[in-house]
Amino acid sequence: MKDRTLKKILVIGSGPIVIGQAAEFDYAGVQACRALKEENIEIVLVNSNPATIMTDEEIANKVYIEPLNLESLTEIIKKERPQGLIASLGGQTALNLACELFEAGVLDKYKVKLLGTNIDSIKKAEDREMFKNLMQEIGEPVPESEIVSSYNEASEFAKRIGFPIIIRPAFTLGGAGGGIARNERDYEEIVHQGLSQSPINQVLVEKSIAGYKEIEFEVIRDSNDTCITICSMENIDPIGIHTGDSFVVAPSQTLTANEAGMLRASAIRIIKALKIEGGCNVQFALDTVTNQYYIIEVNPRVSRSSALASKATGYPIAKITTKIAIGYNLNEIKNPITGKTAAFEPTIDYIVTKIPKWPFDKFSTGDRILGTKMKATGEIMAIGRTFVSSFKKAITSLEDRYTGLLWRGFQEMSNEELLTELYIQDDRRIFRLAQALYNGNEINKLCAITKIDKWFISKIKEIVDLERELSTTKQLDKKLYQKAKEYGFLDDEVMHLTQNTIETLKNFNVQPGFRLVDTCANEFSASTPYFYSAYAEADEVEDYKIKSQESYKKPKENILVLGSGPIRIGQGIEFDYCSVHASQELIKRGYESVMVNSNPETLSTDFDIATRLYFEPMNIEYIMNIIRKENPKGVLVQFGGQTAINLAEKLDQEGIKILGTSLESINAVEDRKVFEKLLKELNISQPKGCAVTSTPQALNAVKELGYPVLVRPSYVIGGRGMQVVYNDEELLTYITEAFKFSNEHPVLIDQYLEGQEVELDAISDGRDILIPGICEHIERAGVHSGDSMSIYPSQNISRKNEKILVKYATKIARKLNIKGLMNIQFIIKDDKVYVIEVNPRASRTVPIMSKVTGIPMVKIALSAILGKSIRRAGFGVGLYKKSNLVSVKMPIFSWQKLNRIDPALAPEMKSTGEVLGIDTSYKKALYKAFLAGGHKFSKAKQRVLVSLNDHNKKPALPVIKKLFKQGFFIMATWGTHKFLEKNGIPSKMIEKFMIDKLQKRMKNGRLSFIINTPTTGKNSQNAGFQIRTIAQMYGIPSFTSIDTANAFLVAHKVFDKNTELTYDTITNYRKKNFLELFK
Amino acid sequence: MGTLILQDGTVYKGQSFGALGGFEGEVVFNTSMVGYQEILSDPNYAKQILVMTYPEIGNYGVNDFDFESDNTHLVGLIVKNNCQQESHYKSRESLSNFLKKKNIIALSNIDTRSLVKKLTQMGTMSGFITSNDLDSEYINEKLGELQSFKIKEDILAEVSCKSRFAYNPQGKINIAIYDYGIKKGILNALALRNCRITVYPYNTEAKEILENDFDAVFLSNGPGNPANYTYQIAQIKQLMGKIPLFGIGLGCQLLALASGAKTYKLKYGHRGSNHPVINLENNKVVMTAQNHGYAIDLENITKFMRPTHKNLNDDTLEGFEITSLGVYAIQFQPEGKPGPNDAEFIFDEWVNIIKKDINRINEVKNER
Repeated sequence: MKDRTLKKILVIGSGPIVIGQAAEFDYAGVQACRALKEENIEIVLVNSNPATIMTDEEIANKVYIEPLNLESLTEIIKKERPQGLIASLGGQTALNLACELFEAGVLDKYKVKLLGTNIDSIKKAEDREMFKNLMQEIGEPVPESEIVSSYNEASEFAKRIGFPIIIRPAFTLGGAGGGIARNERDYEEIVHQGLSQSPINQVLVEKSIAGYKEIEFEVIRDSNDTCITICSMENIDPIGIHTGDSFVVAPSQTLTANEAGMLRASAIRIIKALKIEGGCNVQFALDTVTNQYYIIEVNPRVSRSSALASKATGYPIAKITTKIAIGYNLNEIKNPITGKTAAFEPTIDYIVTKIPKWPFDKFSTGDRILGTKMKATGEIMAIGRTFVSSFKKAITSLEDRYTGLLWRGFQEMSNEELLTELYIQDDRRIFRLAQALYNGNEINKLCAITKIDKWFISKIKEIVDLERELSTTKQLDKKLYQKAKEYGFLDDEVMHLTQNTIETLKNFNVQPGFRLVDTCANEFSASTPYFYSAYAEADEVEDYKIKSQESYKKPKENILVLGSGPIRIGQGIEFDYCSVHASQELIKRGYESVMVNSNPETLSTDFDIATRLYFEPMNIEYIMNIIRKENPKGVLVQFGGQTAINLAEKLDQEGIKILGTSLESINAVEDRKVFEKLLKELNISQPKGCAVTSTPQALNAVKELGYPVLVRPSYVIGGRGMQVVYNDEELLTYITEAFKFSNEHPVLIDQYLEGQEVELDAISDGRDILIPGICEHIERAGVHSGDSMSIYPSQNISRKNEKILVKYATKIARKLNIKGLMNIQFIIKDDKVYVIEVNPRASRTVPIMSKVTGIPMVKIALSAILGKSIRRAGFGVGLYKKSNLVSVKMPIFSWQKLNRIDPALAPEMKSTGEVLGIDTSYKKALYKAFLAGGHKFSKAKQRVLVSLNDHNKKPALPVIKKLFKQGFFIMATWGTHKFLEKNGIPSKMIEKFMIDKLQKRMKNGRLSFIINTPTTGKNSQNAGFQIRTIAQMYGIPSFTSIDTANAFLVAHKVFDKNTELTYDTITNYRKKNFLELFK
Repeated sequence: MGTLILQDGTVYKGQSFGALGGFEGEVVFNTSMVGYQEILSDPNYAKQILVMTYPEIGNYGVNDFDFESDNTHLVGLIVKNNCQQESHYKSRESLSNFLKKKNIIALSNIDTRSLVKKLTQMGTMSGFITSNDLDSEYINEKLGELQSFKIKEDILAEVSCKSRFAYNPQGKINIAIYDYGIKKGILNALALRNCRITVYPYNTEAKEILENDFDAVFLSNGPGNPANYTYQIAQIKQLMGKIPLFGIGLGCQLLALASGAKTYKLKYGHRGSNHPVINLENNKVVMTAQNHGYAIDLENITKFMRPTHKNLNDDTLEGFEITSLGVYAIQFQPEGKPGPNDAEFIFDEWVNIIKKDINRINEVKNER
């Protein structure tokens, strides 16, 4: 039964989005908060990530957007005095914090009960040694392994067991710092890396069982010892590739009932032995030719896999986990979908495929090899009635340039070459496999190479065979077309393969049906508004609509909300925030909202966010099928990031109404020439530039513009492929590569103005605009806005220029007849304002600006879109009054997960998430931002390595002086050393080529941070790149912009002064502002 | 192209991938995601046409190890997708081959979700499954026949052993089992717990069993309408009070009938691997495998029968006991096969009851 002593509960979020910890914890956290609200429990929420939905003031009663560390949480607990703490829904971050709070005695002191799984159980699951012992006690097999805390010990183990060996650091998320070593050299490197990244300097070295099947179970247990498994999931990739980087299918496909039962029983024995209360994930390795299995890992908390399992089955794991945490037993909770008990196991009548989304399209130098360390930033999920259709749909959901399995550049490769490459375990392996099948290689042979089960390979072969059949058929008939649709082929693909027109295909009149996700394979009548499309299947939407609309007093119009697909760099959780808000606001305004998205991690794909949810690829054909079914009043494209915007044109061609800002205006800002003309008309300056389609054109252009210039391809997500170049040589390198990457679109060359970068978001109804606030970037122009630190309210912009910014924004909004959200980026150089970019859609900063100003931006935008004046929203028009709170946004990168990526800030976006520091002064907010970003401050005398490029030496001088004055010991590379010497700053010279020596220093923690401004060019051989990447490896911060380094020194001063930080809710920070206005 | 005709006139056409021919049967569905081999060989499905709700069937072929009886008992199998290329190291043949050998008609490429919806809305129906593409005239003719279709009353004769046999003869606890179509999983679970088992045909007289010195009698699972089995009920009545009785599935229903309770036909049965059952004494919930179409009428149980288990989905009775008579019964299949064996501890509990009983008897004997 519910614990009635719980009146107030603290929920800890997971912090910034990093690889291994993404939107799934926002989804879980929000579900948890809603579950607590149902119980009338007051919720105190702490999270440093401002882009999340959980940090909305509607979700929790008290929202603290504060750093997630022991100090802040202790203070917040002291202040709020909650009776309980829920830590199992905030990923590894929250779980580790709960342990810290316990160790520090904070929980005891303030009588805070850790709800759900207790500390003892968490430790037993997380501590490798304790876990191993427990498994041995209950007779569950674990691979031979040893916990080591030095390389010597590790080496002993290797001598005994032999290679390959898996290295897993303790207490890190997403397996950061781990890997598989096949030889001694790799082994040494990975062990060292793992030891340095583990907070307790421990790694597990383990006999490799690569090649086994990898199976996961999601299990839930309550305090009455009732256990259920929600879902089994089978990795298509065998053991050896992190499950977050694996193609996964649910339920398992190749296991007999006996095998599945054996693993299920084991999972239940484990969760019982660990006494977990709530959700838990158990990973198994199963031999392919015997019954032998091993336990790989147990996560004593809700995880990415539980989000997937929830979406795959409809069973709300996070919600149920929360109810269990506050004392309920499973049989006392209702399954919201069927209205029956939650104490049951979902059974599904479809197949789910998950495919990770990797950032390698952005990081061309990145190491694409997949191993035990997760590299994907996000994932997509697809549902089909057969494996083949589910898999094919999943490939479409990736939103790649190509939709099919073939034609990805492998068809030109000789078969021999292809087979050799097939041994490589990277993100393109499935596509190589498909090509190998197309080439006619035997299944067994491919099976031996890839260790992927024959079943999956046979299924992929079915797709490849059908593709061949389509391309060789003389006359496409309805039967073959119907088969292609059942297999998940797109009309575009069929047209291309069969050389037919869309009219021919339409004449066949083959329509999909929409089926319901109901947790029970139709055994009970469920009315979940959660659908997926399938061919050769009856439709269930109509019935559902009739049933659900019975309660309406008058018929409602519906509006389609396009989600943003998988999380990737440049398109993160912020768009989920916007989509969810848009959907909820539509419902509030008496519409039905219809959500489409393909991302299982997000809240937008929770079944009760929209009136109806379609879990489908963000592809025009699938969306048109939904539109034909739903017949919406229009489509909202401005909340789903570039994914949704990219669909606008195609929707328009189909005659579908785009609500809000028109397609013409969207195109106007994307089309360089039109935009240039527009700004000229409005008398607004922009950096000079032009578009070129050839190398001579480029060289000519630069003659006119003068170096440095900013080069980039047209039509971009997150500034992909953007770069500042300083001379002809760099320009030529770039141009040649860019045309190789895409020759459909020209390359854009702009004057590079190294000024102050400023950004604002606005809401417009076409006549008036409301600007919640203006943000100023800390790094000078040239760093992608997503990667720069930014301050609200702006601190260094003159009143005059502020007025100009507002004037420009107003002019642009009116001219483009913007209806809804808009984001404009400016550069101020030599007191002159230039516009560099206009985005006629929701931007990355919408959630932040909504929270720091208290203006519900998406809501107001939606009323503007629906034709209402924004004046009625009650926030006035023009620039909204400044808050007295100051917030500093700091980007968060996932370097430690991605090898060989240059961490240097550039015009190309690289960060995966962000944190926000909020306080009453700029300096304190800045300090908090660094704290929230995980930076360590120390009183000890610290060594700093400084290495500056020629271009940056002079502007860096004041910062280096400050560095010296603040008592840091400066080490400098040769050129920098000479330069500093000339300017009277003492430093110790270090040779750049002495990388080994540097590495040692970093390894031993004798370097605090690095200031290294990169030389240009993507030359991965240069010393700067090497220094930076080694620093990444050892987790040593490297500041590659002088401005970031400067900001860090400012924050350090706050620390040096022993400034005591206070923590408060975002609501109070804003109120403080209010009170002070009246003073 | 094969055809399925339902009693209500609905016709489904699909690809035939099993034996040739046609059979009438009761159309039922199972929601397990794995375990088609166990289900195909489960005698509870005798004479039924089975729809699997999980769409991919045949993935791991058919092996030598996972049979629940020596034969198959259903007449038809209906799936969304039949796997063309099975993959498993234990697999000996494809599902399709197996079905052909066992004379089971099978259809694939059928919209099974819609079919199941029909069955849950209308209730279990009789149907006719054939490997032939029937024309409307033939369909109408069959439809007429279907209206009067009834499951044979002597169905137990087909699933029970023909003569007595011993199982795990080296066991220590001496039990008899009435074989109404017993699953191997139950035999193995008992053997594992040191039972020396003598399996008797379904129509064995109680007298014959009482003549032997058994420690307990088990009544197995099995197909059909329990109320039809009057002979079996009469034998059970003779055993009651003379020897501890344990019933599973049909055995549970027969014990209830012998105790004076009533059974009724469920609208569409319980067939799957995810049925939550609560123990009414300690409120513990276990997931169970189920495969039955009839249930004990909870409203009409006798006052001696103490309900011990209930289904959390529909509150039907899942177990009862009459301790004074040494009667213990559960409706679900604690051995799983396929499905969870979370409730397997019930075998331990039962065997412990028998052991205690043996000790008690021995004490009495010693006193004498």
